[in-house]
Amino acid sequence: MKNKIYITGIGGISAQKNDFAENPLVYEQLIFKAHTPNFKEFIKPMALRRMSQAVKMGVTTALLALKDAKVELPEAIITGTGEGCKKDTERFLEKLLDQREDLLNPTPFIQSTHNTIGGQIALHLGCKNYNVTYSQNSASLESAFIDAQLLLSENPKSNNILVGGVDEVSEVISGFRNLDQQLKTKKIKNLDLFKDDSPGTIASEGSHFFLLTSEIKESTYAELIDLGIINSVSTQGLTSEVESFLTNNQLKPEDIDVVILGNNGDNRFDHFYENLQQGIFKNTQQLVYKHLIGEYETATGFAFLLAANILKSGEIPGILKANNIPEVKTKNILIYNQYLARDHSLSLLRAV
Amino acid sequence: MNKGVAITGMGIVSAIGSNTAMNYEALVSGKSGIDYPKNLLTKHKDLPVGEIALTNKDMAEKLRLPKDHLYTRAALLGVTAIKEAVEQSRLKIDSHTGLVSGTSVGGIDATEKFFTEFAAGNSENKEFIRAQHPGFTTQKIADYFGITGFVSTISTACSSSANAIMLGARLIKAGKLKRVIVGGTDCLTRFTLNGFNSLKILSKEPCQAFDENRYGLNLGEGAAYLILEAEDEIKDREVLGRLKAYGNSNDAFHQTASSADGEGAYLAMQKALITANIPLNAIDYINAHGTGTKNNDAAESVALQRIFNNEVPKFSSTKAFTGHALAAAGALEAVYSLLNIKKSQIFPNLNFSHPMQSSDLIPVTKLEQQKVNTVLSNSFGFGGNCTSLIFARDEK
Repeated sequence: MKNKIYITGIGGISAQKNDFAENPLVYEQLIFKAHTPNFKEFIKPMALRRMSQAVKMGVTTALLALKDAKVELPEAIITGTGEGCKKDTERFLEKLLDQREDLLNPTPFIQSTHNTIGGQIALHLGCKNYNVTYSQNSASLESAFIDAQLLLSENPKSNNILVGGVDEVSEVISGFRNLDQQLKTKKIKNLDLFKDDSPGTIASEGSHFFLLTSEIKESTYAELIDLGIINSVSTQGLTSEVESFLTNNQLKPEDIDVVILGNNGDNRFDHFYENLQQGIFKNTQQLVYKHLIGEYETATGFAFLLAANILKSGEIPGILKANNIPEVKTKNILIYNQYLARDHSLSLLRAV
Repeated sequence: MNKGVAITGMGIVSAIGSNTAMNYEALVSGKSGIDYPKNLLTKHKDLPVGEIALTNKDMAEKLRLPKDHLYTRAALLGVTAIKEAVEQSRLKIDSHTGLVSGTSVGGIDATEKFFTEFAAGNSENKEFIRAQHPGFTTQKIADYFGITGFVSTISTACSSSANAIMLGARLIKAGKLKRVIVGGTDCLTRFTLNGFNSLKILSKEPCQAFDENRYGLNLGEGAAYLILEAEDEIKDREVLGRLKAYGNSNDAFHQTASSADGEGAYLAMQKALITANIPLNAIDYINAHGTGTKNNDAAESVALQRIFNNEVPKFSSTKAFTGHALAAAGALEAVYSLLNIKKSQIFPNLNFSHPMQSSDLIPVTKLEQQKVNTVLSNSFGFGGNCTSLIFARDEK
């Protein structure tokens, strides 16, 4: 008997606070940082001093997810990060170039590897269990979820898998996004992201960790039904990919009550979403969120958080709505995302 | 019975050759690929490395890429290795064919080349901005072979490709994919050479794994990939061997150093052995991680002695042939493990003369002829990441 998978604990840090539905934070820069808690409440000052933003956010949200689910030690830690520890990478690279390969401090180098976040969470928890990091652009978090799905299906006894996605903003490397049209050319308020018909988007950072269990607990939010990643597909091909993904899960497009889409205002690539919005999900409640938290490779962590909260509370914040559909009881939510036409992902969640 | 996942193809490019036959030739003749850097633009010309003689231009021409291609060195190495594997297995590529690649360095070679230019706002080479991220290199490899479905990258430092091989097997077992290309690629860069140099763990001599007087590791580069397939896909094609079991564990001790008791390594081997469901003495040979650093070899020796109750099977490290190819190491050594099985030979641990006082372990130092049915291969990385794979002969 295949294990079911439930999202039972969540920890999230993004550019928005918990009350974003009523009081969304407004940003006017093309790159903006996350709204972070006081990290000292989670991590000892000595350890904190060496940590980059990505590690601080990752460790903190991992701890929050565990606490939420009342779990002390996870059976596995699986991390997704599209761009890894950029801050330490650029610190080491700048010194290497400036000092012409001489007298380099190793600390930023050893913290620059992509699995630093997962490794530091393990170190913090004293967790010697399975620990893997995925770095496949915008399919990084979904790759991590798929690994968790495998773990939970391989062993009927497995439980308590910690899965998360983290990406940080760094001064220099994040700024390179200005050079290759990943960003808008003119300043724009985040909340106005979809009002402007132009290339590029706005970028930010964040971390979302999820504690997955094989049984329903008091804190359980939703059931994670299935995930799929598709490296490249045409706009037309996408519709049949979505349909076959749903068919594999005994669903039709009309069974989806809410679709959470990764529109980021880039008029070169948003047609992937628009094609679904005007096509198979025309009569489905469509939600968007990147005008709140910006774009980054693991931004779908926020979409998972939204889906889990909607399925638990039954409430859909108006600020997310991209169309107006009479509200029905939400049972099935589909998350679809891509970035720069690559690394597409589909994630299906259900109410418990 | 746990038969393991079928391996139907393998391909490799390393400092000792740009295909499996050349690698094998060097391994049996004891010919190391370690030398001073020629192509790598670094001032540290006194640090020996396992550099691949092929330049990016050589590889791009051979692969018939257009002049303005965006393939990083790791992507070029990756494509070169996969081409061999795909041709050998006559792999069918469709939406049920996946790619899982391990890389640590990714396209940092491009980043370090253009960083100053990007930082100054010069966008001439902007197509390489995203090359820094591991997925970029994997994407280019996927594009070359027309793989459009499941494509992912694992980045767990020096255990990346071992973890990629493990994930591929799990995807096949779960029925998520019918065929998957698994392995890893990493190239030499100033970033990693200087990184390991700043940690003072690079040896100015050819590395001496498990020797009392070892100074450190030699950095290497390379790529190697295996083709894993579901049973009903194999039909009458040759099965090179089977990935029988695997285990991953975290040392949870330090970001870069291994714990003195080698706990992470011990747990990874233990998991693999339990999954394989075989007695300890069924392991004929171990391809050790054996980087030649004080810390790794000491911790790995303790872990080996603990898990095998002081009756450690024959073992050697092949790092003195190839250098430590970081994320690709596990995949290079997977190919060597399959060669051990196929050729009934154990390749030597070069440059060994004095056993470590702490363990007294003596690796295989000369080519040995012996039937090898089962090989354990270790790969350990930064972040405490430890992975062990068990390869076995295909029993008809």
